[in-house]
Amino acid sequence: MAILLTEESRVLVQGITGRIGQFHTEEMLAYGTQVVGGVTPGKGGETVLGVPVFDTVKDAVAQTGANASIVFVPPPFAADAIMEAADSGIRYCVCITDGIPTQDMMRVKRYLLRYPAADRMRLTGPNCAGTISPGRAMLGIMPGHIYQPGRIGIIGRSGTLGYEAAAQLKALGLGVSTSVGIGGDPVNGSSFRDILELFAQDSATDVVVMIGEIGGPQEAEGARFVAEHMGKPVVAYIAGLAAPKGRKMGHAGAIVSAAGESAQEKVEILTAAGITVAENPSVMGATVAQVLTSHGLTGAVA
Amino acid sequence: MDIHEYQAKELLAGYGIPVPRGGVAYSPEQAAYRCTAIGGSAWVVKAQIHSGGRGEAGGVKICHSDHEVEDAANGLFGKRLVTRQVPAGKCVYRVFVEETVDIKQELYFAIVLDRAAETISVIGSAQGGMEIEELAESDPDALVRVTVEPAVGFLEFQARELAFALGLAPSQIAKSSQLFRAAYRAFRDLDAALLEINPLAVTAEGDLVALDAKMSFDDNALFRRPDVAELRDRSQEDPRESHAADRGLAYVGLDGDIGCMINGAGLAMATLDMIKISGGEPANFLDIGGGASPERVLKAFRAVLRDEKVKVLLVNIFAGINRCDWVAQGIVDAFDQLDVAVPVVVRLAGTHVDEGQRIIRDSRLPIVTADTLAEAAEQAVASAAVARRTTTG
Repeated sequence: MAILLTEESRVLVQGITGRIGQFHTEEMLAYGTQVVGGVTPGKGGETVLGVPVFDTVKDAVAQTGANASIVFVPPPFAADAIMEAADSGIRYCVCITDGIPTQDMMRVKRYLLRYPAADRMRLTGPNCAGTISPGRAMLGIMPGHIYQPGRIGIIGRSGTLGYEAAAQLKALGLGVSTSVGIGGDPVNGSSFRDILELFAQDSATDVVVMIGEIGGPQEAEGARFVAEHMGKPVVAYIAGLAAPKGRKMGHAGAIVSAAGESAQEKVEILTAAGITVAENPSVMGATVAQVLTSHGLTGAVA
Repeated sequence: MDIHEYQAKELLAGYGIPVPRGGVAYSPEQAAYRCTAIGGSAWVVKAQIHSGGRGEAGGVKICHSDHEVEDAANGLFGKRLVTRQVPAGKCVYRVFVEETVDIKQELYFAIVLDRAAETISVIGSAQGGMEIEELAESDPDALVRVTVEPAVGFLEFQARELAFALGLAPSQIAKSSQLFRAAYRAFRDLDAALLEINPLAVTAEGDLVALDAKMSFDDNALFRRPDVAELRDRSQEDPRESHAADRGLAYVGLDGDIGCMINGAGLAMATLDMIKISGGEPANFLDIGGGASPERVLKAFRAVLRDEKVKVLLVNIFAGINRCDWVAQGIVDAFDQLDVAVPVVVRLAGTHVDEGQRIIRDSRLPIVTADTLAEAAEQAVASAAVARRTTTG
């Protein structure tokens, strides 16, 4: 198994008729993802790359049996698109859109709580590169070829730093079960902890790499889960050791705002939780390899 | 986005929050005129810069005549105020002249985006006037924190509880909770990221007045708050950052000598870390974002090279939605169209990497290429060391 996404996932693209939505739909199809439909209000009945377009998510789900979606809708309308997916029976939604107002995301988080846990859509992102289960399906904008199938789980806030980790693993002959981008925004759909819980239960994942950044409480929260419940080795890297305090690093998520949120403090918290922290970003892959060896694992796919 | 104190007070006054009478001035003469128009016998002249800690930096003066006001303003205009929050200092181009207030007590009041609770939190303290970080450290129990449920807003009972917790007199509870809720409405309606009233003064007459006010706003929401977006003051921004922002590029100015062009904030931070670990210091970083065309890369080159501190330029691109061939073409174009006088180190990976590397190779330009992040950082640091020796020796 992998988490969140497999070759069985039936995917809708929200915002499929836009330039970006269309480009990535093509890439996802080429990767072998089952893209069964698209949604753009007012363009129902058209087709894009052979994929039928619907006016509403509910129409699309009814016609195609979609259970996952990816959102490429522009920032002013993205929160609404996520909530529409949640109300239409979509089980897993990735939001790629960068630039959603924080108060809109707060509304989305509260809205999701109106569904009982068993029926609640899982959201990752926004402002992320998406999720990939290598060799099976891709729900995102990443370059698929840098991921080799394998038994390492990746969770990261930054897209491109996640690519860096996947490429380092591949160079060492190591592959990935699922890589999940949780995004860099202050309020996001799923936290490190949420995704760690899924990896803890995934029999196809041996080791998890979490790639964090300065700012925000989610790395520390993830560390608590690892210390208490994980039962699998976790490797981490925290970007921003060199970042000046209080400076904006390109997105709102990376603001050092309180105690325990600087890179140095996070490294200490993670280490205390039994997580192996890579010394620098160029040895993320090598650190995973060491941890595998020290646990008597090979990382090879059975 | 940050705004000035006087702008924040105007916004808050619009929501019914009492503020002292005052006016902004762009010249010493105008400051003197403002105090005459306000009336009374004492005024405060406050430097308007985007930073806290202005008082201890000498940016706030109490005056007793229009001549004193004019002199105080004269002393502030054009001055670079160095505060604890902004060690490089910020230049004063506007002052705010305000009536003085007879203060009986100073409270602290703030509204923040609470990332842990994923909602908005209201914070109050009976100990106003000092910096919140200091207070949080010295006496964390003195802070009262209220979590707002965004669906229903900051409720009357919550505002009342806060007012009682701050030790306000029974006669002040109604007006103070009204003020707190008005501030919450301003925060919500204007898509603020931070609202701080410190001190919130209780006057000798028992009234509440916002003596100082600070607001900053969610950049992602400015598209729907044109009135807020208009309050932007470019004189308070790093000119390197404004130049890039005007061209749709995210730029952060730092103090070293290695210029960095990267895609994605996370990879950027990791690259800066790697430069530091390799013994170098970044001068800046510029995020070219996703799907960057050769033209955009050229603009990015120009923005990074505008910084005279840059002795080496490091390009580190891990392309997902970007294309290495476009980035490479942009680099070649930059050499063609700009005067690239510093060594350039390029590391390309990801989408269309082979074409990208071929374009760089075929150009026969003096570009140092690297395959990995570590190699790229080391090459850049080594080149910077050579450049430093050349300039000093």
